[in-house]
Amino acid sequence: MSKLNLITKGLVKENPTFVLLLGMCPTLATTTSAINGMSMGLATMFVLILSNMAISAIARFIPDKVRIPAYIVVIATFVTLLQFLMQAFVPTVYDTLGLFIPLIVVNCIILGRAEAFANKNGVIDSALDGIGIGLGFTIALTLLGMVREILGNLSVFGWKFCQADGVLAFVLAPGAFIALAYLIVVFKKLTEKK
Amino acid sequence: MVLCLLTICFVCSALLAGVNVLTRGPIEKGRVAKVEKAVAAVLPPCNIVSERQEIEVDGVHYGYYAARQDADFVGCAIESSTIGFGGVLSLMVGIAADGSISGTQVLSHSETPGLGAKCTDPAFSSQFKGWDSSVKKLEVRSKGGDVDAITASTITSRAYTLAVANAVRAFRDINAVLNGDSVEEQNEITEGGQTNE
Repeated sequence: MSKLNLITKGLVKENPTFVLLLGMCPTLATTTSAINGMSMGLATMFVLILSNMAISAIARFIPDKVRIPAYIVVIATFVTLLQFLMQAFVPTVYDTLGLFIPLIVVNCIILGRAEAFANKNGVIDSALDGIGIGLGFTIALTLLGMVREILGNLSVFGWKFCQADGVLAFVLAPGAFIALAYLIVVFKKLTEKK
Repeated sequence: MVLCLLTICFVCSALLAGVNVLTRGPIEKGRVAKVEKAVAAVLPPCNIVSERQEIEVDGVHYGYYAARQDADFVGCAIESSTIGFGGVLSLMVGIAADGSISGTQVLSHSETPGLGAKCTDPAFSSQFKGWDSSVKKLEVRSKGGDVDAITASTITSRAYTLAVANAVRAFRDINAVLNGDSVEEQNEITEGGQTNE
């Protein structure tokens, strides 16, 4: 597989949100606005790239029996690291995402990529895979956040284009499911034609 | 097998300990700056703000910061928390020396985005500015007061109003302490300062 392919497959063919339907918990919970969705996507991408690289580097030293706990420790370390850094340097983003950052540890996208890709491939390929899947996740979350923000709050990235109240249901949990379902339909239609 | 896990855990702990040392300073600074900003935002114009002090009113502890313009007491900022819809709703309430509210600001909340989270909007919070609680009642309209609640977020609005009302009550006691003997008042401030360090 070419290097470019490693990145693009995460965007379309193996898009973690629209095709694999992985990591639904943060997807539904944090996408109340475009900016929240994007922050969560980028935070996950950061952890995914680093954990993919670390795991592909150490995978051959880890006995098969204890590989899952070993991966989880590596992932949890990067998540905690990210938490410290965000709290110190971007406190406003940390305030909105705070609760969901620790949940990145159990995001199945990250453990999934470690199992399915990183432990069989080289460090560079694993990093590229992390970038691809991470970008796919970020774009999906930003889109979902945008749709929910537009319908629910009549604003985009915090900029309010209409002073009226939106359909509040879209900012709440039911709207997340409805918006995600329709986005998946649109995504399926678009990719079928290709 | 054991050795492998042990090594991984050891390396990871060392890494985290290192980052923790590096980020502890900025995190603490950010927290202090946030409180200072909230204090400045809710107080009337002043040039001296005291250290954080505490007072107990009806069994609840309130942190507060007294403000002066030169030697005159102009008001104080009081931290006040209640339970909102999604969890603790924590406010900084500024009260001028005459007992009117000079401003309110949310310190932290976990209200629903798009609903209760609107309590941070000036559209809601600015109505408390200049509030004279001897004339207007600190209670939402549906309960016979004068506070305009946020649409579809009555619980949040009530919690916010309650936090403000509690601060107003605490202010009466604070005022009594601060306007007592002036020597005693000085001691109070230095004591408060020391316990915080």
